[in-house]
Amino acid sequence: MSKNYRLAEGGRINREHTVNFQFNGKSYSGFAGDTLASALLANGVHMVGRSWKYHRPRGILSAGAEEPNAIFQLEKGKYTVPNARGTQVELYDNLDASSVNCWPSLDFDLMSINSKFARMMPAGFYYKTFMWPKSMWMKYEHFIRKASGLGESPRQNDPDRYEHAHAHCDLLVVGGGIAGLTAALAAGRAGARVMLVDEQAEFGGLTLNSHAQIEGKSASQWIEDTVAELQAMEEVTLLNRATAFGYHDYNFLTVNQRLTDHLPLSERKSGREKVWQIRAHQVVLATGAAERPLVFANNDRPGVMLASAVSTYVNRYAVKPGNRVVIFTNNDSAYQTALDCKAAGIEIAVVVDARAQSSSELANTVRSAGIEVLNGSAVVDTSGGKHVSSVKVMNLAADGKSVSGSVKNISCDLLAVSSGWSPVVHLSSQSGAKAIWNDDQAMFLPGTPTQAQVSVGAANGTLDLKNSLHQAALAGNAAAKACGFDSDMAAPSAEALASEAILPLWQVPSIHASGRGPKAFVDMQNDVGVADIQLAAREGFHSVEHVKRYTAMGFGTDQGKLGNINGMGVLAQTLGQSIAETGTTTYRPNYTPVSFGAIAGQNLGDELFDPVRKTAMHAWHEENGAEFENVGQWKRPWYYPRNGESLDEAVNRECLATRESVGILDASTLGKIEVVGRDAAKFLEMIYTNNWMKLEVGKARYGFMLGEDGMVMDDGVTVRIAENHFYMHTTTGGAAGVLAWMERWLQTEWPELEVFLTSVTDHWATAAVVGPNSRRVVSAVCDGIDFSADNFKFMDSRVGKIGDLECRVNRISFSGELAYEVNVPANYGRYMWEELMQAGAEYNITPYGTETMHVLRAEKGYVIVGQDTDGSVTVEDLGMSWALSKTKTDYIGKRSLNRPDTLRKDRKQLVGLVTEDPKTVIPEGAQLVDNPGAPMPVPMAGHVSSSYYSACCGHSIAMALVKGGHHRTGETVYAPLANDRVIKATITDTNFYDKEGAKANA
Amino acid sequence: MLLIECPYCGERDETEFSYAGEAHIARPLETEKLNDAEWADYLFMRKNPKGAHREQWLHAAGCRRYFNAERDTVNYKVKSTYKIGEQS
Repeated sequence: MSKNYRLAEGGRINREHTVNFQFNGKSYSGFAGDTLASALLANGVHMVGRSWKYHRPRGILSAGAEEPNAIFQLEKGKYTVPNARGTQVELYDNLDASSVNCWPSLDFDLMSINSKFARMMPAGFYYKTFMWPKSMWMKYEHFIRKASGLGESPRQNDPDRYEHAHAHCDLLVVGGGIAGLTAALAAGRAGARVMLVDEQAEFGGLTLNSHAQIEGKSASQWIEDTVAELQAMEEVTLLNRATAFGYHDYNFLTVNQRLTDHLPLSERKSGREKVWQIRAHQVVLATGAAERPLVFANNDRPGVMLASAVSTYVNRYAVKPGNRVVIFTNNDSAYQTALDCKAAGIEIAVVVDARAQSSSELANTVRSAGIEVLNGSAVVDTSGGKHVSSVKVMNLAADGKSVSGSVKNISCDLLAVSSGWSPVVHLSSQSGAKAIWNDDQAMFLPGTPTQAQVSVGAANGTLDLKNSLHQAALAGNAAAKACGFDSDMAAPSAEALASEAILPLWQVPSIHASGRGPKAFVDMQNDVGVADIQLAAREGFHSVEHVKRYTAMGFGTDQGKLGNINGMGVLAQTLGQSIAETGTTTYRPNYTPVSFGAIAGQNLGDELFDPVRKTAMHAWHEENGAEFENVGQWKRPWYYPRNGESLDEAVNRECLATRESVGILDASTLGKIEVVGRDAAKFLEMIYTNNWMKLEVGKARYGFMLGEDGMVMDDGVTVRIAENHFYMHTTTGGAAGVLAWMERWLQTEWPELEVFLTSVTDHWATAAVVGPNSRRVVSAVCDGIDFSADNFKFMDSRVGKIGDLECRVNRISFSGELAYEVNVPANYGRYMWEELMQAGAEYNITPYGTETMHVLRAEKGYVIVGQDTDGSVTVEDLGMSWALSKTKTDYIGKRSLNRPDTLRKDRKQLVGLVTEDPKTVIPEGAQLVDNPGAPMPVPMAGHVSSSYYSACCGHSIAMALVKGGHHRTGETVYAPLANDRVIKATITDTNFYDKEGAKANA
Repeated sequence: MLLIECPYCGERDETEFSYAGEAHIARPLETEKLNDAEWADYLFMRKNPKGAHREQWLHAAGCRRYFNAERDTVNYKVKSTYKIGEQS
């Protein structure tokens, strides 16, 4: 039914610019300045979706952010956007929108069968029905999700760019309606740095619809002039299409600015969205108020619309949402809608007012315009198929608790409803001010601020123009003064408009028993009705937070902006208590949904999500076919496959080549910290478990660092370069933590120690040359060092030269082989590497990666902190108590080594394992048991921490932490795997290769 | 997001800092003389109050210095910050 509902004149649309768009595959047209919702209404399209649970037809209900029904899937493929609110989507050329939640089509929805069984699907239905058997839930869930899904998230990568911006200001004004503009104007004129953000394309808010006068001119002219004045101010920033979606501590607000969503796809050149992170000295919240719908039977039929939305569509978009309207209200504001409709030529059947009388100036104006007003009445039901065709009206008791009398059927194609207004207190509540119920106004008002913020205008429950402007001017002046500016702007003048009190009406009394009769909806997006809330209350859910979770009220993409207050009213009534006693659910960020892209900004991909650290030799590794693994942020060569080798084949080759001749490893990623100063050795005495005072210059020592709880925290070799100069190695992953840890002791506990710590990890490139021929290789490359066994012993450190380049060579070994670590300034890393490769060519020098490094060290029983330890392992547990000083009275963690728990005999201790079948490699992490046949739960004996196939040993090797393992050598343990296989292994010591250590000392 | 005043650098966003636990817990001087209960008290027991809490922070992405802060654990307000060794 494509008809023209566009008014002949008026509105803030550009009739020169026709915009063509598609909805559910059909072509329509609207004008620039339309929203998707207004354009659909102009074409006579009200029904835009199906409801979530019962698949009932649903129409456009509002004209703003609160819209629960008119949510669309925009575009297709990589540009698709789920759950966009049609009331906020600016129309653009070739916009492609479709309904969500209808299958196979909007007009013929198979799932609407659910509607027929609605009585059998009360709150908690899915939980209650599909819980048993438990194992089937996953299968049920698949179908339930499909039946109840909203929009579809994109399946392709987001092609758009998103940005983040940081800003500081004296005053941040949220909301660009007349109140927000006034506050910004007061502070702006005083010279304050002001930011004003508004979610709409145009500033002015609801007043854009108004016929009121401000300072003697039309409201829209005043808005235009004010915006122009603000834009001309150097210190004022106006952001439109910018939603403040979060209010955090210390006046930190997050604002999402939509930069391109209003443009045709082909014209979207810049970033799509920009998230502003704004720190403001003062905040004025002028976020307005949202009108509430009324709750009665079949109140969800397309053609039912908020009264203020009707006014907006008529005045702002020049659209007639219907030809014959019934207006149903419990307060004064909807009378303005009657006048707006009349001016637009919409026939007004009747104004149904729940209040016994209405005699405000506005109500009398309506009456004198010849419009019939039925006081003390209520709409109790609607009729029509996919659109309202008539309403049933009955008499309403003065207390609103019952209906009586004959049923009047009144035909109409539009029902405008108003149940009063709810200030948008979301940001105020997020800031820490708990919203307070006000009985007279029947609304939650912003609570006492806990931060430097104030709410003004409709957001503060002030619905009339004159008082709003007054409050806003005061707030703007006060904010400017708080920031040191002299400000005393008078409020823009406007006429006061007296209104009469509202009659709170949370639900129109039903003529049916509770739970019988047609459904009256509270939360339209989640299909929560009055009966569901009553049922929840009967089943014992009395806290509003529990009712929310049981019924799903307020859980939709609209977060219950329209329905929640009515729902709380219904719950309060059911429980026989006040709304103040019932309380409100918590308002949390985000106010409206924010795309993941906006949150991520540019923190994306391999390069920018997290820094990637590469060593100076990285390019060489790439050129030589290395596979890489991530170690912290580092990319480390994992292995170097040749001719299509598998990981195992490459590692076996690399291991044998290293042990038989020489291998080379890029060891640059190890953490390196310079420890310098008069008290450096004294400091290391406390940080490490062993002795450092007597270490000779030019010598290195291996040390453990413990936490104060006595558990192994890090390990590494430290070289004494000079009397007061140490060069510390940490694990690759532990470097930053160790530096912060040592700084903490120095700064907070021992400030009297003169020690300076400098991270030099990135300043040095390190190559470990490993194997029996390593001496020949390094002595061919490094000049000025006597490499003879007697003069350059294990754990010695020497300085020499590679050409003109100074290098430091440490004879340390993480493989049990004769080995040297050659260090040069990082920029020369590749040069050093290539020199070593060239010199090693005649010995078949073999580059190896972390996997071979792991195998070589495991063959010697060398531990990796973080793999063979997990924060609950002591040096003693590792069988390395030789590293604990017997003479020092104190070091970090020492006292904990005598705690009863650390002295337990059944602690998990590090042992070696050799499998019965030499080819079988136990998976790392496998649990070990003594008797796999024992009744469950089988007692755990320990777990495997490292496990490899050792080509050098000719069998698999493993290390494991086993309870009391140090005394269990020769015993058998079993590793039962998830696939029911059981691996049998014998406990050994952890030294599998060259037990006497001859090779490292060669 | 908290705004924390580093005593060395001034006000900075919370993201520049890392938390370092309760402040003013001195390491015992002669640890070997403590009995298990006394050592456990130093090692494990923390006040975890509702309200004012004195704690250490590190200006990790700044001057790399530790300092003390008095923070309210209910409303997250940092009442004061001061250098190690100073009294607030």
